[in-house]
Amino acid sequence: MIRTESVYMRFGGLTAVADLNIDIRKNEIVGLIGPNGAGKTTAFNAITGVYKPTEGRILFKGTDVTGAKPHKITDLGIARTFQNIRLWKDMNVLENVLVACHLRMNVGVIASTLHTPKYLAKEKHARELAMELLDSVGLADQAGEAATSLPYGKQRRLEIVRALATEPSLLLLDEPAAGMNPQESLELMEFISSIRDRYDLTILLIEHHMQVVMGVCSRMYVLDYGVTIAHGTPDEIRNDPKVIEAYLGVD
Amino acid sequence: MKRNTILTIIALAIFAAAILLADSTLGRFTVRILNLSGIYIILALSLNLLNGFTGLFSLGHAGFMAVGAYVSALLTMSPAQKEMNFFLAPIVTVLRDVQLPFPLALIAAGAVAGLVAVIIGVPALRLRDDYLAIATLGFAEIIRVLITNAQTLTNGAQGLKGITKYSTTTVVWICAILAVIFMLALVRSSYGRTMKAVRDDEIAAEAMGVNVFKVKSTSFFISSFMAGIGGALLGHLITTIDPKMFTLMLTFNILLIVVLGGNGSITGSVLGALIVTILMEALRFLDMPMNILFIKTEGLPGLRMVIFSILLMAVVLYRQRGLMGNKEFSWDGFFGLFSRKDKAAKGGRA
Repeated sequence: MIRTESVYMRFGGLTAVADLNIDIRKNEIVGLIGPNGAGKTTAFNAITGVYKPTEGRILFKGTDVTGAKPHKITDLGIARTFQNIRLWKDMNVLENVLVACHLRMNVGVIASTLHTPKYLAKEKHARELAMELLDSVGLADQAGEAATSLPYGKQRRLEIVRALATEPSLLLLDEPAAGMNPQESLELMEFISSIRDRYDLTILLIEHHMQVVMGVCSRMYVLDYGVTIAHGTPDEIRNDPKVIEAYLGVD
Repeated sequence: MKRNTILTIIALAIFAAAILLADSTLGRFTVRILNLSGIYIILALSLNLLNGFTGLFSLGHAGFMAVGAYVSALLTMSPAQKEMNFFLAPIVTVLRDVQLPFPLALIAAGAVAGLVAVIIGVPALRLRDDYLAIATLGFAEIIRVLITNAQTLTNGAQGLKGITKYSTTTVVWICAILAVIFMLALVRSSYGRTMKAVRDDEIAAEAMGVNVFKVKSTSFFISSFMAGIGGALLGHLITTIDPKMFTLMLTFNILLIVVLGGNGSITGSVLGALIVTILMEALRFLDMPMNILFIKTEGLPGLRMVIFSILLMAVVLYRQRGLMGNKEFSWDGFFGLFSRKDKAAKGGRA
């Protein structure tokens, strides 16, 4: 599905990500963990085109997407959420999802301004899809509310819904459980595996909550100072001395 | 819902009748103010599309207006008129014999202004916020200097005189209404939503598959197209144009309307255009000699602008987001103003 081949990301003298080699197969849920500043979000940004990797290649479904523009990458089927929620604050919940639907609507500025029948049909379809997605996370009732008036946990879910509206095949979640209590995190885990099954997704997620990662991921990569120090199943990671050292320090 | 449709039709009918009767019932001065506000509606809407809906802070509007005004004036003038205007240096032969009907010239004015915007936009739209404002301001000034110096093309600093007065009340207001309808259709469409997404958070928009550069360029093109049309109408209203008309001051006036009315509100731009244009003229008496009780003033030229600035400050202080914020007029919201209970029940959403 997605493979990075020795990706390096350097900013001046700082190497934020070094020799990143991840390989994710279809329908897997894979975790990317590591202490603060380990380069997890940088890795995400490199994959989604926000940054162009200094070295290395990124292959998505066999095609080279290294350095492509973010909107192009989304078009190819990679969607993401943000660590610090980035909803459009002056729009309501439904509109936030509808903007993401625009990509697959394939209408230009002229057709949408003239409200051609073809555009209206697509708009109707987009609204149905958006409401269906909102309903699946229990946000349908709040469709008309301002997106930023939602409680934190719901904003996170709205961001996931918005990403799903671009109809991706690979979903990148940047700390989806940040700021959630254990109960909410548990629900989120179930939600993540349920969307994987329903929308035939492959998921790569960054997470600090060990409970979430261990519970939902089949495999994980551990980064520390930009270097991949371990990868394997949750059990392997739990007992890896290098991971324990990075997280807890050594005596 | 049905009540609102009927109300809209009635309001539009009254409005249409007023416009049709304006020429025969109102004085020439009043009609001119009316038409000026119609043109300012178009200009304010076009700047609001950039500033309020796409979040691009542009100060280049006067430049695009100048392009539109000159294109339309040159295309509609008869060869004889051109000869009279270009007495310092003859006009280039290509333009000398061209004479198009007004509607075509108006569209050409918009198209050329739009084209200039695209050329400028490719480098300038890579910038953001105040940097974009400075770049567009610079480009507008370049356009003005080019017009001043292209003697054989634009008649330079002498300007053009004797432009046919095509901007009648009907023409101006048909254009203004078309502009309002166009803007409503655009900002409520899926494409309009992507513009707002770019305004609110560019990074998120890009990540959700919005081609940010394309959206910005499109918005810049449409806005300049409208500015070109507005400039052309202004030329055909005043009947003389020269490069000095199109300075930063003109852009500033339009910006003032947009901010006063509410950045991101079409209703706000319309209201703002009407208020500013009418007030600019209505407050003119302040400049004249006055006789208040025992105090006699001998007329203070500029007092009008002082009062105007104070009014503006009051609006900005008490309503930071302009008169309308980013909301639009609706009948429900309108009646909500009168019945507080209703307002409370609906959560006050207009």
